[in-house]
Amino acid sequence: MIGSPAMSINPKTLPRPTPETRHFWEGAKLGELRLQQCDACTHVYFPPRPFCPECASRQVSVVRASGRATLYSYVINHRLPKWIDAPYAIAVVQLEEGPRMMTNILGVPQTPEALVLDMPLEVVFESVSADIALPKFRPARGDAR
Amino acid sequence: MKPGAVAIVGAAETTRLGLVPDMSQIQLHADAALNALADCGLTPKDIDGVACAAEWPTELAHYLGITPTWVDGTMVGGCSFMLHVRHAAAAIAEGLCTTVLITHGESGRSWVGSQAVGINQASLAGQFELPYGVLGAPTMFTIPVLRYMKDHGLTHEQLANVAVVQREWAGMNPRATHRDPITVQDVLDSKLIAYPFHVLECCLVTDGGGALVLTSAERAKDFPTRPVYILGTGESVETPMISQMQDFTSSRAFRVSGAKAFAEAGITHADVDHLMIYDAFAHLPIYGLEDLGFVGKGEAGAFIWERHTAPGGKLPMNTNGGGLSYMHSGMYGMYALQESVRQMRGIAPAQVAGAKTSVCHGVGGMFGASGTIIMGNALP
Repeated sequence: MIGSPAMSINPKTLPRPTPETRHFWEGAKLGELRLQQCDACTHVYFPPRPFCPECASRQVSVVRASGRATLYSYVINHRLPKWIDAPYAIAVVQLEEGPRMMTNILGVPQTPEALVLDMPLEVVFESVSADIALPKFRPARGDAR
Repeated sequence: MKPGAVAIVGAAETTRLGLVPDMSQIQLHADAALNALADCGLTPKDIDGVACAAEWPTELAHYLGITPTWVDGTMVGGCSFMLHVRHAAAAIAEGLCTTVLITHGESGRSWVGSQAVGINQASLAGQFELPYGVLGAPTMFTIPVLRYMKDHGLTHEQLANVAVVQREWAGMNPRATHRDPITVQDVLDSKLIAYPFHVLECCLVTDGGGALVLTSAERAKDFPTRPVYILGTGESVETPMISQMQDFTSSRAFRVSGAKAFAEAGITHADVDHLMIYDAFAHLPIYGLEDLGFVGKGEAGAFIWERHTAPGGKLPMNTNGGGLSYMHSGMYGMYALQESVRQMRGIAPAQVAGAKTSVCHGVGGMFGASGTIIMGNALP
């Protein structure tokens, strides 16, 4: 765990990959953040689909993201479930390539003072089961990817 | 649809709202339905169209003994009832049915005869949001607001003030759950739920229901109630994932639905006497005022602060006290519609004197869906 906000694992909240998302979760296990890019119109998108949500082309490729992002918005949840013991931020980050994704922010206090919008972040992967590593983000140190 | 072709002739909520542990969810539908039918002098045998959410229309029709020729089970969250009104108006105008019953009932607090539906772990939301600790609406619907605050300078005080003003309206409503006045400081001192939202900036959790009866404007003249005409309608959806909302400072579904309703009604914002904007959380009226075009981008927080939506203001909004103070069973849209009908009939507890046109705007999911109904008490 990399300075994680004390989140233990509830198996009922683990992702269940589907054929269309398997590449993403396989990448995450290898420490790669995978997006998709349309071969026809070059649109980069997330979450995974085997066609382009912009132009509907089925000719799409899996691409590796830089892992660099900025903090777009968040809340700090104070109504805690049984398996979590301190308030934690649920964040949305803006990836360098364009798409946004939900995540948690590691390595910083889970406070408004420490979580400053637009702060630079980089991806880290947190192994939560034999099959699943979740992409999370921490303040950028410049060595992502 | 031609403005004024269809009217609401029956409208009622469940006999009791708030804590109703002696009624199951389907009975809350039926209680509201029987009240609405009594309101307009009809029985279930007079109904040939049914629509509802949270229960199947099949369940509702069987339970009430209705044989429908038109059925709508559209379920897009709390604004489903706005969509039902829109679909019903089109169906009546097209001759698919003559008399539609729309019901809502939800045992949101007592959980009698209802079942919680979790997020499917294989859905996109299940794979890409659920693992990050989201726990219901307070942890998702709220996420965009910090971005809005940074981009537009909305203050914590202005956000809190949304709840303060709505409590003023609730104070005038004997059926409101919370009626005691509150201050901005009270809101900011209340328990944090999901920063920056405090408990007083989050909706209530209650039991209740409501029902509407619609028929053609021509037939509406023969009913005992004052007809409330459907002047314009809109609907849209955007995304089931709050993280994938296109613009965190504005709802696409709100903009599409609202513009459609105004265009259909052929009215301008200056024509609007009364406004309902579904307020599951304090930021929704802010997004709604801007996305419906009542104020410019970034102006809604100040607009509410300057008391334009408060009692005595030029744009009375959420006059029942809203989801923040009146009631919120989970899908609040039906109660917003009920208040618009009361205002157009001239019988609301906090009646807006001389109100002729009401805009009722709903949200579904977490900015996921929207429905807008514009009502009037005179034919255009």
